Amino acid sequence: MSAILPPSDRLWWKQPLDRVEGTWILLAFIWCMIMFSMMVGWHIYGKQNLSTETYKTTPELFAAKTQAVVDKYTVRKETDKEIPVVHPPAGSDVYLIARLWDFWPILELEKDKTYRLHLTSMDYNHGFSLQPVNINIQVVPGYEHVVKVTPNQTGTFSIVCNEYCGIGHANMAGRIYVK
Amino acid sequence: MTTYRTCPRSGLQFDSQAEKLILANAVAGVVFLLLGGVLAIGVVLTRWPAVHWLAADTFYMVLTAHGIDMLIFWIIFFEIAVLYFCSSTLLRCRIATPRIAWLGFALMLIGSVTTNVAVFRGGSSVMMTSYVPMMAEPAFYLGLILFAVGALVGCFVFFGTLVVAKNEKTYQGSVPLVTFGAITAAIIAVFTIVSGAIILIPTFLMSVGMVKEVDPLIYRTIWWAFGHSSQQINVAAHISIWYAIAAICFGAKPMSERVSRGAFLLYILFLQLASAHHLLADPGLSTEWKVVNTSYFMYFAVLASMIHGLTIPGAIEVAQREKGYTKGLFEWLRKAPWGNPVFSGMFISLIGFGFLGGISGVMMGTEQLNMIIHNTIYVPGHFHATVVIGTTLSFMALTYFLIPVLFKREMISPGLAKLQPYLFGLSMYFFVLVMMGAGTLGVSRRHWDMAMGGSPLAYEFPGAAYLMMGLVGIAGIAAIVGGALYIYITVGSLLWGKKLDVGALSQKTVPIPVVPSTVTLQAHGSAGFAAPGTFALATVFLVAFVLYYFINWKYLSQVWGLS
Repeated sequence: MSAILPPSDRLWWKQPLDRVEGTWILLAFIWCMIMFSMMVGWHIYGKQNLSTETYKTTPELFAAKTQAVVDKYTVRKETDKEIPVVHPPAGSDVYLIARLWDFWPILELEKDKTYRLHLTSMDYNHGFSLQPVNINIQVVPGYEHVVKVTPNQTGTFSIVCNEYCGIGHANMAGRIYVK
Repeated sequence: MTTYRTCPRSGLQFDSQAEKLILANAVAGVVFLLLGGVLAIGVVLTRWPAVHWLAADTFYMVLTAHGIDMLIFWIIFFEIAVLYFCSSTLLRCRIATPRIAWLGFALMLIGSVTTNVAVFRGGSSVMMTSYVPMMAEPAFYLGLILFAVGALVGCFVFFGTLVVAKNEKTYQGSVPLVTFGAITAAIIAVFTIVSGAIILIPTFLMSVGMVKEVDPLIYRTIWWAFGHSSQQINVAAHISIWYAIAAICFGAKPMSERVSRGAFLLYILFLQLASAHHLLADPGLSTEWKVVNTSYFMYFAVLASMIHGLTIPGAIEVAQREKGYTKGLFEWLRKAPWGNPVFSGMFISLIGFGFLGGISGVMMGTEQLNMIIHNTIYVPGHFHATVVIGTTLSFMALTYFLIPVLFKREMISPGLAKLQPYLFGLSMYFFVLVMMGAGTLGVSRRHWDMAMGGSPLAYEFPGAAYLMMGLVGIAGIAAIVGGALYIYITVGSLLWGKKLDVGALSQKTVPIPVVPSTVTLQAHGSAGFAAPGTFALATVFLVAFVLYYFINWKYLSQVWGLS
């Protein structure tokens, strides 16, 4: 008679639906299709889609590429750690290293210009969490992820590591200026 | 030879071997819940910024242990008990191979203790996910592998018991809906545990130096086929429990067997795809893969959950209306036994799982929207709604039913038991809401210090984020008190509760009587618009869902361009 007993009608699959159930299934199905098309449609019409451009890399290779950009476009140094502030030309390739426990270097970008931001980790998994915008991207060692970013506001932005990476995790931060 | 006991309070019949196994697994689960609950104190009191209690290394160790003890050990021990209950007890048959079932239990126990020892030695603070190349001690992985093998043995004992019932003809026709839900859970469990083995065995070999490298991205992809799917075992299990409690408290039968079973079938087909939910912000995986998997293939598993969310209260409404509570839309609900913790726990669980866990889960499982919450504390906010309000609270509600039926004890402190689901459930509601609020403001999960320890580039979180995290602390403590009440009532009843009549014993099982099919039975479900109150509630749910979903798209459209 109930859900903890075998169905009392042996031919339960022939029982008709109640209209409450039928209507709800139809509504829920339509909603599911709307949600699915939102996700697909945003790839066509939306402006925030995560790139999937990825290359295998090694810490040495990526460090060398980052160093080349730093050597070329450093405009000043900041903090007592002398972190270079890199101001690359619009549209160029920008490299950001995530490692135990900082992001290196500091970037200086221009509003409404698009950059190819290359991300990787030198060691463990890290998280690229851009605040206060709240964009969050996983940074995986061995994989160079190329994300095209277009800042739409000026100011000072922080990068917080939001993937647990050991004892210094809570102090791991970076910075991006947008002019 | 085994004996069968017919419980005089519920009419359920227990095989004595199965009864001991159910009891042992449930008690082991509760012990890990206790341990996880004690650890939760450390977690919330550290994340409460004004208290900031534990040192960083202790905090990460405690957080690792809290995750594993709660998400894996408490829940899976209890689930094995549920599987044995749904097979041997509901089908009134002997449990298959009880000795092997005990072997499985022993493996699970050894595994869970081994992993805990590894964590508390301090060298395995790698979080539950243990992403390579960060390494834990070998014993950490070994314990998890042993536990998983034990749980797999449990699943096969469950399948074997189904075969026993079929062969010995202890029931006629199809298995009960609740057993069907348990089969769903067990099928997902097999997939889950196999995925866990595929990735944890090489990682274990890497930790002892026999394998040079496990690729970090492959690890994440396969680990989550284990990590997220194990939460889908919970969904199937606790939804089965909701159906069971609706049947126990109201004599409710499913509005239609076809719809409810069809929804479980959708779970079997699509629910495991959710591995992708954790990889949406990852490099290297194609957009198509992410979109198909994260939506459980066009949201068919979400459809299934929305169906269960309607049919369970709907079944209760139909049963109540048959009893004469027909006034207006909601008399059936007002006159429900709100003082009975079995019902109130289940209903608070159902509403919280749908409104808080379900809506947030679909939002964050949307490929693009995921970028605005990935790895923020919004994520634990979501899964405390699904796993604590959904799974844990349902298990608690079921326990209150099992105390007299299975433990054969009178419940101690019935007044406290009446209060417990409200204290625990409602403080968890508040806890997850403020956690999601903090996540929306960017607060990270698994993070020891949101002030970032004076790092020169530190981000200064807004005051509202600090306020939210303070409220997380307060609500967390309230929920822990609610959890402690559950443990006190359960363990106390088991130890000091008045012994109740055991009931009649027999050497042979009494098969489930066959009810002859009648015209009334066949017409069930075609009564027209049988559950208008539930439909109204479901509409409120859908409106909330649609609004929240599009608010997040609006928010996403304002952030930096990404392509």
